[in-house]
Amino acid sequence: MSGDSSFKEMECPFTKERLALIPALKPDVAVVQAQRADEDGNTHFWGGSGITKEAALAARKVIVVVEEVVSRKVIRRDPNRTLLPGFLVDAVIPEPWGAHPSPIPGYYHRDHEQYISYHNESREREGYLKWLDRWVLGVKGRKEYLGLLSEEKVKSLSVKRHRKSIPVDHGY
Amino acid sequence: MAAEYTMKELMVVAGSREIRNDDLVFVGMRLPLLAFQLAKETHAPHAIGIFENGILRDRPAKDMLYTMGDNPNLKGATWATSMLDIMSLLQNGKVSLGFIGGAEVDRFGNLNTTYIGGKGSLQVRLPGSGGGSDIASLSKRIIIIMNHEKRRFLERVSYITSPGYGDGGDWREKNGLRGGGPSAVITTKGIFRFDPHTKEMILHSIHPGVLLEEIIENTGWDLKLASKLESTKPPTRPELRIVRKQDAHGFWTRGSHSESRFQ
Repeated sequence: MSGDSSFKEMECPFTKERLALIPALKPDVAVVQAQRADEDGNTHFWGGSGITKEAALAARKVIVVVEEVVSRKVIRRDPNRTLLPGFLVDAVIPEPWGAHPSPIPGYYHRDHEQYISYHNESREREGYLKWLDRWVLGVKGRKEYLGLLSEEKVKSLSVKRHRKSIPVDHGY
Repeated sequence: MAAEYTMKELMVVAGSREIRNDDLVFVGMRLPLLAFQLAKETHAPHAIGIFENGILRDRPAKDMLYTMGDNPNLKGATWATSMLDIMSLLQNGKVSLGFIGGAEVDRFGNLNTTYIGGKGSLQVRLPGSGGGSDIASLSKRIIIIMNHEKRRFLERVSYITSPGYGDGGDWREKNGLRGGGPSAVITTKGIFRFDPHTKEMILHSIHPGVLLEEIIENTGWDLKLASKLESTKPPTRPELRIVRKQDAHGFWTRGSHSESRFQ
C-alpha cells in the first residue's frame, strides 16, 4: 500500500483476505443538524442521514441544531425516528432555517441559487473574502443572516405541499 | 430530421443506455443523476438507484435534482437511511453499476480526483475521493463520465483515487479488488471500452460531429481503435423530452453551468 501512512494492512484472521485498516476518527465536537429534539436532547431526524449519526456517535461532544424543540411525548411516540438519544447530546440549539442553504425535509428546500452564487463568487480569493464578509463575518447571528434573504426567497424555499407519513401503531 | 441536442444531453443518454433493467445503480452527482432518471423512464424501469447520502429509490424523482440531497429525492423513495448502509451494499458486492467522474483518467481507466501533479509535486488539491475509491473498487461495473481534454487523458495518472485496471491485465485480481472495473468511458467526444485481455481503453464510438483526429489529439497515449468503430447513436426525441423535463432549466445539460460545473 502506498500513499497515506495512516493506513495499515493486515490479513483478516478469519478469511485470510488482505484488509486495509483506517484509524478511527474521534472528533472533539460534532455539530449535526436535525428536524427536532426535546429538552433532554433526544433527537428526531428523517431523510437521508449521510454520516450524521456516525459523526455524533464518534465525537466527544455533540451539538444538535434543530428546527424546533418539541415535547418529550413527541419523541417517545415515535422512537424509530430517533437519531440520537439525549444522553449523548451536550447541547440543543433551536435555530429555524439553521441548515440554509441546505435543505431540511419537511421545513425548507435547498437554496440552489445561493450555492451557485457562492461557486461563482468564491472562485478568487478576493471574491471569497467578500462573500465571507457578507454572509458570515458581517452578520450578527442567524437572524441577521436570514434577514439578508428576501421574503420572496424564503417563500419560494418554504414547504409548498406537506407530505406527512402515515403514523405507525406502537400499540399492544 | 434529427433533433438538435447538446453534447451533455448526448452524454446523459449514452450513460443511461449503459444501465440495465436489473441493475442496482450507485448514482453519482451531476450527469448520472439524469442518466438514471432517463433509464428508469425508458429501457430500465426496474433498475434501483442508491445515493450515498442514504437514499434508495426505484422510481424516478418527479422534480429536478440539483443534488442527491434535494428534498425531491426523498419523495417517493423506498429507503431513507445512512451512508453506512449504502456503502455496506457496495462492500457486500450488491452494487452492479457505479457512475464516476474524475479530473484525470489514464490508459487503463484509473482515475485521479485527488492531486493534480501527484502528491509529491502537488499543484492542485482536488475534492476527491469522496466515495470514488469504494465505488471503483467494489461495483461490478463502472461507467466513467469525463470531459475529453488532453490534460485529462493521460498515459498514466499521477495519483490513483479510483482504481481502474491498474497496469492492465489481471492487476485487479492480483490486488484483491472485488468489482469488475470500468466497462465504459463516456466523454465529450466519444465512448471508450476496454480490451478484455490487456484492459487497455479503446475507442469504441465517436460522437456525431467529432473528428477522429480530435480524439487522438486529445488523448495522451497511442490510442487503439475498435475493429468496428461506430458512430454514437444520437438521442431520440423521446429521450430528449425526458432529459429536458428533468433538467427543465438546462442547468446540467445546456447553458454555462453544464460546462463549468462538470469535472
